[in-house]
Amino acid sequence: MGAYILKRLISAVPVVLGITVIVFVIMSLIPGDPATAILGSYATPENVAKLNRDLGLDRSLPEQYFIWIGNMATGEFGRSYSLNRPVLDEVMERFGATLILAGTALVLCSVLGIVAGVISAARQYGLADKAITFAVLIGISIPSFFLGMMMILLFAVDLRWFPVSGMYLPYGGGDLQDLLWHLAMPAAALAVVATGVVARLSRSAMLEVLRLDFIRTARAKGVGERRVIWGHALRAAMVSIIPVIGVQAGFVLSGAVYIEIVFQWHGIGEMLVNAILKRDILLVQGGVVVVATCYVLFNLVVDVCQSLLDPRVKA
Amino acid sequence: MTPSGAPAVAIANLQKRFGGGRTLFGFGPEMPSVHAVQDVDLTIPTGETLGIVGESGCGKSTLARMLVGLIAPSEGSIEIEGRDLGPAAGRDPAAFGRVIQYIFQDPISSLNPRKTIRQVIEVPLRRLHAMGPEARAARIAEIFDAVNLRHEFLERYPHEFSGGQAQRIGIARALAAAPRILVLDEPVSALDVSVQAQVLNLLVRLKAEFGLTYLFISHDLAVVEAVSDRVAVMYFGRIVELARAADIFARPRHHYTALLARSAPVVGRALTAPEAATAELPDPLAPPPGCAFAERCPAATDRCRKERPEFRDLGNAHFAACHHPA
Amino acid sequence: MSAAAAPSSAGSRGPVGAFLRLFARNRLAAFGGIVLGLVLLLVLLAPVLPLADPYAQDKPNKFLLPFSAGHLLGTDHLGRDILSRLVWGTQTSLAVGVAAALISATIGSAIGIVAGFYGGRTDNLMMRAIDMLMAFPYILLALAIVAALGPGLVNALIAVAVVNIPFFARNIRGVTVGLAHREFVDAARLAGQSNLRIILTEILPNVLPVIVIAMSTTIGWMILETAGLSFLGLGAQPPAPDLGGMLGQGRNALITDPHAAAIPGLMIFIIVMSVNLIGDGVRDALDPRLRAGALMRPMARTQIDRRGEAPPAPAEPALLDLQELRTEFRLGARVLKALSGVTLSVKPGECLGIVGESGSGKSVAALSVMGLVASPPGVITGGAVRYEGEDLLGAPYERLRGLRGNRVAYIFQDPLATLHPLHRVGDQIVEAIRVHRRVPEAEARARALELLRAVRIPNAERRMGDYPHQLSGGMRQRVGIAMALVNDPDLIIADEPTTALDVTVQAQILALLADLRRERGVAILFITHDFGVVGQFCDRIAVMYAGRIVEEGPTAEVLGAPAHPYTRRLIACVPELGAGRRELAAIPGLPPAVDDLPDGCAFAPRCARATPECRRGEIALAPVTATRRLRCLHPEVELTREEQR
Repeated sequence: MGAYILKRLISAVPVVLGITVIVFVIMSLIPGDPATAILGSYATPENVAKLNRDLGLDRSLPEQYFIWIGNMATGEFGRSYSLNRPVLDEVMERFGATLILAGTALVLCSVLGIVAGVISAARQYGLADKAITFAVLIGISIPSFFLGMMMILLFAVDLRWFPVSGMYLPYGGGDLQDLLWHLAMPAAALAVVATGVVARLSRSAMLEVLRLDFIRTARAKGVGERRVIWGHALRAAMVSIIPVIGVQAGFVLSGAVYIEIVFQWHGIGEMLVNAILKRDILLVQGGVVVVATCYVLFNLVVDVCQSLLDPRVKA
Repeated sequence: MTPSGAPAVAIANLQKRFGGGRTLFGFGPEMPSVHAVQDVDLTIPTGETLGIVGESGCGKSTLARMLVGLIAPSEGSIEIEGRDLGPAAGRDPAAFGRVIQYIFQDPISSLNPRKTIRQVIEVPLRRLHAMGPEARAARIAEIFDAVNLRHEFLERYPHEFSGGQAQRIGIARALAAAPRILVLDEPVSALDVSVQAQVLNLLVRLKAEFGLTYLFISHDLAVVEAVSDRVAVMYFGRIVELARAADIFARPRHHYTALLARSAPVVGRALTAPEAATAELPDPLAPPPGCAFAERCPAATDRCRKERPEFRDLGNAHFAACHHPA
Repeated sequence: MSAAAAPSSAGSRGPVGAFLRLFARNRLAAFGGIVLGLVLLLVLLAPVLPLADPYAQDKPNKFLLPFSAGHLLGTDHLGRDILSRLVWGTQTSLAVGVAAALISATIGSAIGIVAGFYGGRTDNLMMRAIDMLMAFPYILLALAIVAALGPGLVNALIAVAVVNIPFFARNIRGVTVGLAHREFVDAARLAGQSNLRIILTEILPNVLPVIVIAMSTTIGWMILETAGLSFLGLGAQPPAPDLGGMLGQGRNALITDPHAAAIPGLMIFIIVMSVNLIGDGVRDALDPRLRAGALMRPMARTQIDRRGEAPPAPAEPALLDLQELRTEFRLGARVLKALSGVTLSVKPGECLGIVGESGSGKSVAALSVMGLVASPPGVITGGAVRYEGEDLLGAPYERLRGLRGNRVAYIFQDPLATLHPLHRVGDQIVEAIRVHRRVPEAEARARALELLRAVRIPNAERRMGDYPHQLSGGMRQRVGIAMALVNDPDLIIADEPTTALDVTVQAQILALLADLRRERGVAILFITHDFGVVGQFCDRIAVMYAGRIVEEGPTAEVLGAPAHPYTRRLIACVPELGAGRRELAAIPGLPPAVDDLPDGCAFAPRCARATPECRRGEIALAPVTATRRLRCLHPEVELTREEQR
C-alpha cells in the first residue's frame, strides 16, 4: 500500500508541473503590458521599465517560467497589486473559506446522491424511482446561481430563516454555530447539481451491477434483498461511483465560484473573478496553481481509496 | 500448387513475447513479460489440413494471428508460399490477405454491426483485387452459392443472423479475398453441435473445391481429428507433439497428449480423474527451466525438471518434445 | 442464456426509423422536444415578431413589472424591454451552447479516436495531455482562458469548448479501444483496408452513436456554463442581450425587483431541462443495451403470473417436481416462450441431466426452480415447482429465500463472473452459512475451511483470504462447489458447471463432483450441452428442444437406443475421438424461434420422419416404458411393444 501511495505521489509531480506550464503559457498570452496595467495609463516609461525589470518581464519566456516556479517553490508567489498584500496570504485565506463551502457540499452530494441512486435503482420504475428521477432532472437543469438567488428570496428575504449573505455576522458572532447558519444555504445550493449527477450515475452503476452474475449467486445462496442491494451490489458499484466523486469535486469547486458571488462568500472563486476583472495576473496565477494542485492531490486520495476498495487494482 | 513448389506455410524459430520493455520511456525497471509462443517450427505442405490443439493460454491463437500478419513475431521467420512475409507482419496485412485469410471464433463479432453483408464482403474485392462493381457482384454471387447462402442475405445486417449463418458469411468474406490458405481459429466452438457439423462439412467441401490449405485450430480433439491430416499439440507456448491425425490420439507419445485424450468425456467410459486432482499450468511469468509439463506428468524424472526436452523425430512421421516418450 | 442472446437479434430494418420510433415512444423526451421546439420557433421568428428594440433604454420606466403596458415581461434596470432581451438572449445562449458542444465534440472525438485506435505511445502522449487539462477544476481553466483572451462572448465560447474536450476525448477513446480490438477490425485489416479507411468505415460508424449521446447529454451543461461565465461578467458584454448577463445584472436588484433576474433564470432552466430531456431520450434510443431493454434490474424473485390453478401435487412427491412449467420472456410486444410446459422430477440422491442446445430452455428450467430467472423480462406463467410436494410458486418470498442455498443450492457456469469480485472467497462461503444459521463467525469459518479442503483446494487456509481473481478457473469452480455444499443441501442445481473450463480441468471437476455426490448423497440436476458429460455423470437424462422435454429415461438406455429423432440425430452429430477422418453428421436447418413456435412437434420441420400429423395439435410427453417418456409420434425404435407383452 505504502509503495502504491508513493508511486501515485511521484506520478503527480509531472501533472503539477504541467499545470504550472499551462497556467504560465495561458497568462503569457495576455495582450498588452502588465506593467502598464498595474501602474495605470499615466505611468512614465521609466517607471514601466523599472517595474518590468522588477517583475522579470524583460527576460525570455522560459527564463521567466523558471524564475516563477523557483519563487513558488520557496513560497514566494509575489504581491497582488490590487490588494497590495502577498498573493499567498490572500489565496490561503480565501481558499480556506472555499474549502469549507465546497467540502460541505461535496459530502452532502456524495451521501445524498449515492443513497438516492441506490434507492432509485432498487425500486426501478417504482414511485420512489420516478420521484428521484424527476428531482434529479430539475437539479441538473437549474443554474446553481439562479437557484441560489431564488433561495435567498425565499428563505432569507421572505421566511428570514437564513442570512442573505456573508460568512459570519459582521459584528460579534463568529463561532461555529454562526458559521453553520451562514453555510446552510450556499452549501445546499451548491450541492443540488452535484447531487443530481451523483444520483444519476449511482443509479446506472447499480443497475449495471444488479444484472451481473454474482448478484444472482448471492440470491441463490439465500442472501436477503437488503443485503444484496446495500452489501453486494453497492460494494461493487462503488468501484465506478468513487471516480465520479473525484470528478464531482472539480464540479463543486467550479460551482463554488458562482455560489460565492451570489452569497458573497469570500472564497477563492470570488477572488479570482475580481482579479480577472482587475487584471491582477499574479493573483490569478497563484490562485489557479494552488487550487489545481490541491485538486490533483484530492484525486490522488480518491485513487488510493479506489485501490483500497478494489483488490484488482494492482498496488 | 505454388509455382515454386515451396510449402504453403513454413515458419521457423517463431517467438512471441508480450509485455516486457521498460517503463518511463525506456529508463525504468523492466516489466514482466510472457513468452506466449516459443521456438515454433512448422511446415504445412500445400493442400494439407494441419490441426492445432491445446487448452486456453497455450499460444495457439497467438500463433494463428502471427501467421496472418495481425501481430508481428518477436523473432523468427514466416514464409508463405516461399515468400518471407515476416517483415510485413503487423504492418501490411494486405500482403498476407491475398494469400492467407483468417476465420474468427466469434462469427457475429467478426462482422461490423453497422454494415450490410454486401458491404462487408465487397471490401476484400475492392481493396485486394480492385474489382469494378459488376465484377464484384458476379464474384459475390458465385461465393454465396459456394457457401450455400441465400442472395437476399446480402442486404441484411449481421444481428439478423444465427451463429451458423454468420460463420458462413465469415467464410464467404475470407474466400472473397481468393486466398490459397485459410487459418481457422476455433471456427465452430461458438456453435451448437447440430450446426457445427454443417459448417465443418462445408469447410471440407470448400477445401477440395478451391484447392485450399488449412490451419485448423480447436480445443476439441474429436473435431480436429475429424478434419485434419496432421495434428500438432501445443502446451505452454510450445508444440509438444506432431503426428498424423490417425496416430496422435490413438498412440500419443507425449504424456500431455495422452492426458488430453483421456480427459475428453466419452459416453460409456467411467468417470475417473485422469490426473492428480489439482494439477495446474505453471506460472507464465516464472516459467520452469525444464519441461513445462513435468509437474503434472506421471513419467517425469529429475531430468525433466532441469533440462528442456528437444522436439525430435520419433520415427513414423511422429515428433514429440519428451525425454521419456510413451 | 437464451434470454440475453435473444433481444439483440430484435429485427429492426433501418436504424434511423428504429431510432425515431423509440424516441417518440419516450413521452418525456417528446415533451422536451416540444418545449425546445417552441423556444426555437420563438427565436427563429424573433426578427419578424413585433418586439421592442432590446437596446432601447428608458430609464424613467425602469423595473416595470410584468404585464405592464407595452412591456409584457416588464423592464430591466435601464428600462429595456425584458421580453425582447429574453428572446434575443435566448438566441445567443442557444447558439453559443450548441457551437461549443460541436467544437468540443469534434476535437475531443478526433483525439479520442486517434488515441484509442493507434494505442501505444500515441495514446500515452495524447492522454497525458488530456489528463493535464483534467487536472484543473473546469472553471479554473475557463477562467484562466478568459483572463488571457479577455472577457467576451466568443472567448467564453472558446473557454467552454476547450474545458469540455477532455470529456469527449476520454469517452470516445474508451469506446474506440474496445472497438479496435474487435474481430471485425482485424477482418478489415486482412481485407486490405488502410488504417485511415478502417477509422472512417469501421470505427467511426460504431462510435458515432456514442458521440451523439455524449453531445446530447452535454449541450445542456454547456449552455449552463456559458450562461455562468456571462453571469460572472466574463461572457457576453453589455449591452448585448444574453441570458446569463441579464441574470447577473438582475442580481443587483434581486431583493427589490426579483423579476428582472427570475425571468432569464427561468428561461435558462426551461431550455436546459428540455435539452436534457431530449438528451436522455436520444441516449435511451441509441444505446443498444437500453434498446434491448437490458438495463433493467432483475428482481429478487422471478415474476409469477400463473394463469389457472396449479396442477395437483403428484401422488408420490419426489424431492423436486416440475409440473408443466412455463416461463416466458416478455420483451415489449415480443413474447419468447422459453419453457412451454416442462415436467420432470428428481428423487433424493439421484442425478438427472438436462441436455439441449442453446435456446432449448435448459438453463431457464434450472433457474426457474428457485425463481432466479431475471425478471423483468422473465415471467413464470404456469405449472408448478414442488419441493418435497410443496408448491414454491405460491410460496412467500421468505420461504423461497430460506430454501435457496440451504436445501437447494446452485453451481453456475463461469466462476469468475459468479463470485463477487471484491469479497474474499472465505467470506463468501461464510456468508452462505450465516444467512441461514445463527452460528458464531469462528464456527462458520471452520466449516468453510473444512469445505475448501473437501473440494481439494491446496493451502485452504491461505486461499480463504484470496479474492476470486487470484485463483485459476478450476480453483474458482471448486470454491463455487464448496459454497453450494456448505449447508448440506438436498439438491444441487449445476448449470453448465464445467463449460467454461479446459478439458483437463473439466475432468478434475467432474471427478470431484462425482465423489462428493457419492459421499454426501446429494441429488443433482445437471444442465449441459455435452452428451459425453451426461453420459459419464448422470443416472437419467432429459433431452430438451425448443422449451420442451422431448425424451427422458435412464442414461444408458437413452444414449444406447435414442427413440426421438432429435435425440438420435443430435448424438450422431457429436464427433467421437478415435474415429479418424470423416464426414460428420449434421441436422439440416435451425431450431425454431421461441417467439414463433410451430404447431405440433417443434422438430418436425427438420425431421426426416415427420408426417402431417406431427404438425398438428399437442403431442404429449407420454410414458412408453416404466422408465422412459417420449414426445414423438414416429419414434426411431419401438419401445412400447415389449412393455405391453
